[in-house]
Amino acid sequence: MPTPSGKAIYLDHAATTPCDPRVVEAMLPYFTTHFGNPGSRNHRYGWEAEEGVDIAREHVAALLGADPKEVIFTSGATESNNLAIKGAAYMYERAPAGQTKRGHIISCAIEHKAVLDPCKRLEKEGFDVTFLEPPRDGIVTAEMVKAALRDDTILVTIMWANNEIGTINEIPEIGKLCHEKGIIFHTDATQWVGKMPTNVEKANVDLLSFSGHKIYGPKGVGALYVRRKRPRVRLHSLQDGGGQERGFRSGTLNVPGIVGLGKACEIALQEMDRDAARLVTLRKKLEREITSRVDVCTVNGHADKRLPHIANISFGFVEGESLMMAVKDIAVSSGSACTSASLEPSYVLKGIGVGDDLAHSSLRMSLGRWTTDAEIDYAIEKIVSSVHKLREMSPLYDMHKEGIDLSKVEWAHH
Amino acid sequence: MAYGPKIIDHYENPRNVGTFGTQKDIKERKDIGVGLVGAPECGDVMQLQIKVNQDGIIEDAKFKTFGCGSAIASSSLATEWIKGRTLDQAEDLKNTQIVEELSLPPVKIHCSVLAEDAIKAAIADYKKKNGIPVEDHDHAHH
Repeated sequence: MPTPSGKAIYLDHAATTPCDPRVVEAMLPYFTTHFGNPGSRNHRYGWEAEEGVDIAREHVAALLGADPKEVIFTSGATESNNLAIKGAAYMYERAPAGQTKRGHIISCAIEHKAVLDPCKRLEKEGFDVTFLEPPRDGIVTAEMVKAALRDDTILVTIMWANNEIGTINEIPEIGKLCHEKGIIFHTDATQWVGKMPTNVEKANVDLLSFSGHKIYGPKGVGALYVRRKRPRVRLHSLQDGGGQERGFRSGTLNVPGIVGLGKACEIALQEMDRDAARLVTLRKKLEREITSRVDVCTVNGHADKRLPHIANISFGFVEGESLMMAVKDIAVSSGSACTSASLEPSYVLKGIGVGDDLAHSSLRMSLGRWTTDAEIDYAIEKIVSSVHKLREMSPLYDMHKEGIDLSKVEWAHH
Repeated sequence: MAYGPKIIDHYENPRNVGTFGTQKDIKERKDIGVGLVGAPECGDVMQLQIKVNQDGIIEDAKFKTFGCGSAIASSSLATEWIKGRTLDQAEDLKNTQIVEELSLPPVKIHCSVLAEDAIKAAIADYKKKNGIPVEDHDHAHH
């Protein structure tokens, strides 16, 4: 059965998206004719580049409901997260480097590695970190954050929406709590921005990270929102040099990338409502069809509090890698892309209490701007028939049908 | 994971998939030995059933495997190789032969070990059912 386009169907938009052609078109002049350095204040080349960056900054700010002065351009969400988390920790620390009890940070066990690893580094450097463990629905609530607060809490960092299961956390409520207590609040909004309406004022966010390549912009560029009023957030810079980006992030600006990010934000602001409405219909169809035609399979994460475009389904009695092989003409992810090369099941699924056996057998399907109805129909047929084929081969499925409780079997571990 | 053509072939066209009956039926049949190795939380479980004739020759073999492409290919190949062999010959089969034949990548060598274990377990089960003493084999895996 050939795919509708003859090419593999791309259902991995949470990993990265193709560049929108309108974005590429906007970027092109900035490689060749408008190649100037925005830091060159004395000639037309510099002014042209600066104007491109200024317009991009306005588009980014408009998408976030922020002031353009609050937007810092970076190389992507990983850098934004590092700058926000380490930069805030070093700025608001209660004790200097080399000591312990430097301050308490609250994060969550199912954050992206680009949040977890900076937090773990800070832990080694004398900060205390609490990693909240969300329940099976995957949602981090304000109540959970409140219960973890301490007198020395200086920073809370909770993602807006989860990259593997698409669940949406209680960001405005957590932000409100942090503002009441005078604690800096950062959110990794990489999967949220450009997909869902964002307003940093209403959401009480102090620092917000996202990247271009998840919203049909180029790779290698992202932004960090840094609040300037109520409160004015300060950060310890991690990269020193020419003092660009208000000194938060030195280095010559990636002008074509920034222009592309700006264009991607402009398009997202205009089209996200339409995209979201279309994708939620397609995603629900995908989930409904698969779960109705395959027994013992579950949609992971909260049923409603989730992004329009991410579905994560676990299939009992089949193994993830062989399932990926069976659906090889559909580009999907088994767990998180960063761990796909290893044999470890997803820490996010394990983090919300999905058993090892099911965490091994999960597919994340993420839809995008050009995903068609025909592609979703193809994906449904392919996934359903592949699971059935693999179950024909699975001794565990036989045992399940014979009424044997697999958790009571004494397995020969090796 | 980029696999070689032989793994893909066994994965896409697995040989000898199936069973000789339900778990209950099999338990009562003396001509059949069953090996069930691995664990679901490790990501692979292999079930190998051998049907042995009165001359001690493996007349037929069937497998079912929960696992990655390499695990499915290793068990498929194992059933092909042991068919028509005596129990002793089948017992001599080494996981390294499977690794070589399928060109298994280093991270997948455990799949071949599992296939070897499944053969040994099926033979041991057959011998136990038929009152044949089971020797203790050294598992010289690589």
